Amino acid sequence: MASRTETLARLRGQIARIERNGAPVTHGTVPFGIAAVDGVLPGGGLARGALHECAGVGPDTEHGAAAAQFIGGVLARMEGPVLWVQQRADLFAPGLACIGLHPARILFADAGKEVLAAMEEGLAHPGLAAVVGEYTGKLTLVASRRLQLAAEQSGALAALLRRSHTFDDPALMAPSAAVTRWRIAALPSPPPVPHAPSVPGLGLAVWRLELTRSRGGSPGSWIVEACDATGRLNLVTPLGHGSAEAAERAA
Amino acid sequence: MTATHDGRRRIIAAVDALAAEAGLWPGMPVAQGMALVPGLTVKEARWAEDVAALRRLAGWCQRYAPLTAAAPAGGIWIDVTGAAHLHGGEARLLRDLLSRLLAQGFAARAAVADTPGAAHAMARFGAEEMSIVPPGGQEAALAGLPLAALRLPAETLDGLRLMGIERIGALAALPRGPLVRRFGALTVQRLEQAFGHAPEPIEPEFPPESIQARLTFVEPLLTAEAFSEVIERLTWQVCATLDRSGRGARQLDLVFERVDGTVQAIRIGTARPSRDIPHLSRLLRERLERVDPGLGVEAMRLLVPRADALAPEQMSTTETRAPDIAPLIDRLANRLGYERVYRTVPVDSAVPERSSRAVPALSGPVGGDWRAEGPRPMRLLDPPQPVEAMALLPDHPPLAFTWRRIRHRVRRADGPERIAGEWWKRNGEMRSVRDYFRVEDDKGARYWLFRRGDGENRRSGDMRWFLHGFF
Repeated sequence: MASRTETLARLRGQIARIERNGAPVTHGTVPFGIAAVDGVLPGGGLARGALHECAGVGPDTEHGAAAAQFIGGVLARMEGPVLWVQQRADLFAPGLACIGLHPARILFADAGKEVLAAMEEGLAHPGLAAVVGEYTGKLTLVASRRLQLAAEQSGALAALLRRSHTFDDPALMAPSAAVTRWRIAALPSPPPVPHAPSVPGLGLAVWRLELTRSRGGSPGSWIVEACDATGRLNLVTPLGHGSAEAAERAA
Repeated sequence: MTATHDGRRRIIAAVDALAAEAGLWPGMPVAQGMALVPGLTVKEARWAEDVAALRRLAGWCQRYAPLTAAAPAGGIWIDVTGAAHLHGGEARLLRDLLSRLLAQGFAARAAVADTPGAAHAMARFGAEEMSIVPPGGQEAALAGLPLAALRLPAETLDGLRLMGIERIGALAALPRGPLVRRFGALTVQRLEQAFGHAPEPIEPEFPPESIQARLTFVEPLLTAEAFSEVIERLTWQVCATLDRSGRGARQLDLVFERVDGTVQAIRIGTARPSRDIPHLSRLLRERLERVDPGLGVEAMRLLVPRADALAPEQMSTTETRAPDIAPLIDRLANRLGYERVYRTVPVDSAVPERSSRAVPALSGPVGGDWRAEGPRPMRLLDPPQPVEAMALLPDHPPLAFTWRRIRHRVRRADGPERIAGEWWKRNGEMRSVRDYFRVEDDKGARYWLFRRGDGENRRSGDMRWFLHGFF
């Protein structure tokens, strides 16, 4: 009985392979849990065994806080150890804990100029669920292809957080081999208590989540609430969050 | 001080700091010293013991780099090529070395330079207790030092002094030919060695008790493939020895003996004792690019300076354990340096910059409670950056703040969250208080600001505003 299901699974894999023109077998996806986003992504989520790129907008191009939160949220919804490579340590571990990514899962590396090499090292090693790299500088097509290939072979999710000292640096938009590409832009958030706008305080941050590139899928743009305590994003519904909608129209 | 005999009279061999302050110096006749300092303690110099102690110390210095040797005149060579980054750079290595030596009761000076000669000169005659000569900078660094820094015999020094040459810079400016005829080849050789124009091999000493394997070759080896093969064989031999003694390597030194008589070495470390042949030989192979084989390598030696107990492999057939990431840690750490691959653990401290701490990547389980008092930013600015802010006292968030000449109008805010100084840890924090605010500017970007002080009492802080993080 067992052998029969195995055979079936193997055949299904082969068929899927043929359908993808010989592309390697996928390693599954990490869904966002938002139908609108998962719907446009091939496989219904962020593919494992693939390279994903992500950058902030405006001042966040430089410090990449929202972008780090976006990636951290994805990792929080996965299991297993994670390698997080930085040029210089400025990630704040308690902040990761706040979005449900337990810092004990993370192996940190301060790699200076060797971020990409360290990422590749991480992807060459079996047993990591994900490898994150924060990279300032030019990314050649060859370099991104190397990472993509390494990710394909390892099955780990590879995320490259692009940072630049130039706000909205056009160089971050140069072609790369990443399977998906995201831009995270902060938007003015609505009042924390929707029916009493005069109550002070801060609710969850609101982002415009832009999928600017998606291999085998279509791009998209959504307005979401930033990661909650479990790393989950929530679509901002027009109902009850009027001000975010208004802000979006104004933007 | 200690005394010795130079053939004609008893002279001072070495002085301690106290004696040096009293005006004594090595080479001074003992009689003169005793006249200068009544009640002087004179001990007979025991050269053999001094040399043995120096060699022991040179062996101890192998914690820093694989190639070390006792040098003449109470010095120790350490070839830090390719090893400094494992200790956080040359400056940190030197600081660590000097503080550890001091803790053992040795007063020492240290210098890093391209050549042994330059390091020798800077360590003994440089202005600072520790100095680092930038690559290629030895000629400039040595120019102002006295000739004695060059390790020349006393007669040569006297002769040069008669010619009015006191500094290395002046000597270097002279034509080499007449210099050789007048003072012998050694003078020029020392100069060229210090400047890096002539080779000066260090003859390293290897502790005989450490586990090691050595292979010599009939034909000198040159290619990376050949080296890889030898690495495999040496690792196999060393691991077999380790296995018999129930230990695993924490550090491996691979020494290349070149045909020209010089020696090169690479060092790898492991986060956990290991005698995994593929893993160890791979770590060694990855460092091969740092080796310059020159005209060829005639022998290779693999040493285990550090080994710890390692139980025999448990072959588990039933359970599938979580993949072991120790090999990855080793490979990253040998590339980047051990302190740059780490995990973080929570520290019981309310002060944000002290609330987490980096620990070595394989420091056992790193659980810990990360429950924060409130929302915490993704990025922390270290140190906090001063900003110009407008706010109503005592507990209103700022209306606007300016950082790096960009003005941010605050649209929404949350706070204050008061964080008191840890007076039980630091005296200066007795009454200090920070009031933290999370603010969102009109574009939606979120910042973590704090005001030094509670907004009422000047003794709690100077009321200045700082940006501490980004959400």
